[in-house]
Amino acid sequence: MLADQDRIFTNIYGWEGADLKSAKKRGDWSRTAGLMKKGPDEVIEAVKASGLRGRGGAGFPTGLKWSFMPKEVKDRPHYLVVNADESEPGTCKDRDIIRNEPHKLIEGCLLAGFAMRANAGYIYIRGEFVNEAIALNKAIDEAYAAGLLGKNAAKSGWDFDLYVHRGAGAYICGEETALIESLEGKKGQPRLKPPFPAGVGLYGCPTTVNNVETIAVVPTILRRGADWFSGLGREGNTGSKLFCISGHVNNPCNVEEEMGIPLRELIEKHAGGVRGGWDNLLAIIPGGSSTPLMPKSVCDDMLMDFDSLKAAGTGLGTAGIIVMDKSTDIVQAIARISYFYKHESCGQCTPCREGTGWMYRMMDRLVRGDADISEIDVLESVTRQVEGHTICALGDAAAWPIQGLIKHFRGEIEDRIAARKAAAVAE
Amino acid sequence: MSINSRIADDQPESFAFSAESKKTIKTILAKYPSDRKASAVIPLLDLAQRQHDNWIPMKAIECIAETLDMAEIRVLEVATFYTMFNLRPVGKYFIQACGTTPCWLRGSDDVFRCIYDKVGIKNGETSADGKFTLLEVECLGACVNAPMVQINDDYYEDLDYTSTAELLDKLAADDVPPAGSVKGRQGSQPEPGPTSLETVIEFPKTKKTKGA
Repeated sequence: MLADQDRIFTNIYGWEGADLKSAKKRGDWSRTAGLMKKGPDEVIEAVKASGLRGRGGAGFPTGLKWSFMPKEVKDRPHYLVVNADESEPGTCKDRDIIRNEPHKLIEGCLLAGFAMRANAGYIYIRGEFVNEAIALNKAIDEAYAAGLLGKNAAKSGWDFDLYVHRGAGAYICGEETALIESLEGKKGQPRLKPPFPAGVGLYGCPTTVNNVETIAVVPTILRRGADWFSGLGREGNTGSKLFCISGHVNNPCNVEEEMGIPLRELIEKHAGGVRGGWDNLLAIIPGGSSTPLMPKSVCDDMLMDFDSLKAAGTGLGTAGIIVMDKSTDIVQAIARISYFYKHESCGQCTPCREGTGWMYRMMDRLVRGDADISEIDVLESVTRQVEGHTICALGDAAAWPIQGLIKHFRGEIEDRIAARKAAAVAE
Repeated sequence: MSINSRIADDQPESFAFSAESKKTIKTILAKYPSDRKASAVIPLLDLAQRQHDNWIPMKAIECIAETLDMAEIRVLEVATFYTMFNLRPVGKYFIQACGTTPCWLRGSDDVFRCIYDKVGIKNGETSADGKFTLLEVECLGACVNAPMVQINDDYYEDLDYTSTAELLDKLAADDVPPAGSVKGRQGSQPEPGPTSLETVIEFPKTKKTKGA
């Protein structure tokens, strides 16, 4: 278990104030200019050395992502964009950072902006987080008033402006190029890559989009040292991570823990265990709704990090853990996720626009057993035709949960179909 | 849903931003490069909706297009793409209830059943007195406090049938309770008390704050 002294987000539950004075007591904004003294490349090197991987879902190495930005600002300004469009079902960690630890995020924006030679940053927050956006704006105003943002931010010699931009309800805007489109005032439809945002991003300028948690951990990493962060977790999966534990546990909660913590330990230590005990567990979705579920047998010894979960055919994603006990109608649980992706498809690519609706309708029939056994394979084959055939990963995200269901619970679906057929014969 | 069914049949003859809104527009536009005014389209749609009883009339779409030098169709396109924009009137208390899997596992069906029992409305309907509108929405990002609803700007969390009924009773009497967990749980911490952080800071275990 992570020692309290190694936790980054000491005010994650909002026990203390989110204001600047309280944040400074927790160590935020201490020696910020000193952290920037050695120059932007040193900041990038330190983030690389820490092993930090993006906390928004894909797990791409953060320092490496930053290094894709041009080393010099030429005719086009550079932009930092923070993705606070937290919408992946099962995920609610960035909300806590924004409302309780906004200064970690703001200081992180200055450091990240400096590292990628950006003088401006936008935080794109989902529209429904109205109160969170108010809290964030308040913290930004405080930072400006204290000279921590704006000209010569925090006396670092670097000018940095930071703005909050509210979205208006569209899961797809969590995809970085859709987010950029939305920030430009358009429908949030993802762009083809390449070009990547580091070359052509916001307003056609070099841009890096990072998740809230990724940015908010940077000041502490720089302050305590890359070695400290990389000493937590295991190789390739370093540091601590905010986990969101929802569903059938006794005490759903968010908690910061060490990467690679055993799933069972995480749930029993912090979430009061699975409802009815560990043996009452049916399945867990480990990293937000798009990651394939794991049946209990896989959960028993699972370690919660990028590579362990990937090896098990699923993923850490956003670390939004959705727990389902044996009372769960697992087919309905996944069908509801299929409905979500149908609802959220932006409609740009045919396989996703048509496929998500088709997959949901099929799933809806499977919930009732109103299908032929052979249609399970048809459904599986359709998921393969959507996966990898769209501009962004929403098509994949819609396909994976169904693939996980068929892989681990085919028997359940078959039983349901057989039961319905038997009932029809009996009538 | 076709575009037509999303747009109100009865439209006001005109729309203009108030003096206060016009001031806000200036601060909004200052956030973006001067040749990138279209970036303000979502903030301005939001502003229009707030000024106009929580829905956006077509005249406001025209007004925003003019303000931002955009084609009207581009503004309408954005207004229909994003789910938070209401193009027809909604009730005084606009209930957006989450039905996505994490909330469903914790009993969102009971929340919907309670709303139907108490107010008599189903998904997409408005009560006869115009007080409540119900919309089932997708994940609102408060999954460890499920099930939850958003009413106008505020999240109400950790609901069940009984607490949803109490919430609706209060709203019916125009007594708007503070946002957050209806159980008084502090943020996203485990309900019985913290399992971490106690050694670094002393904390009150239950503290209720508005806007949590």
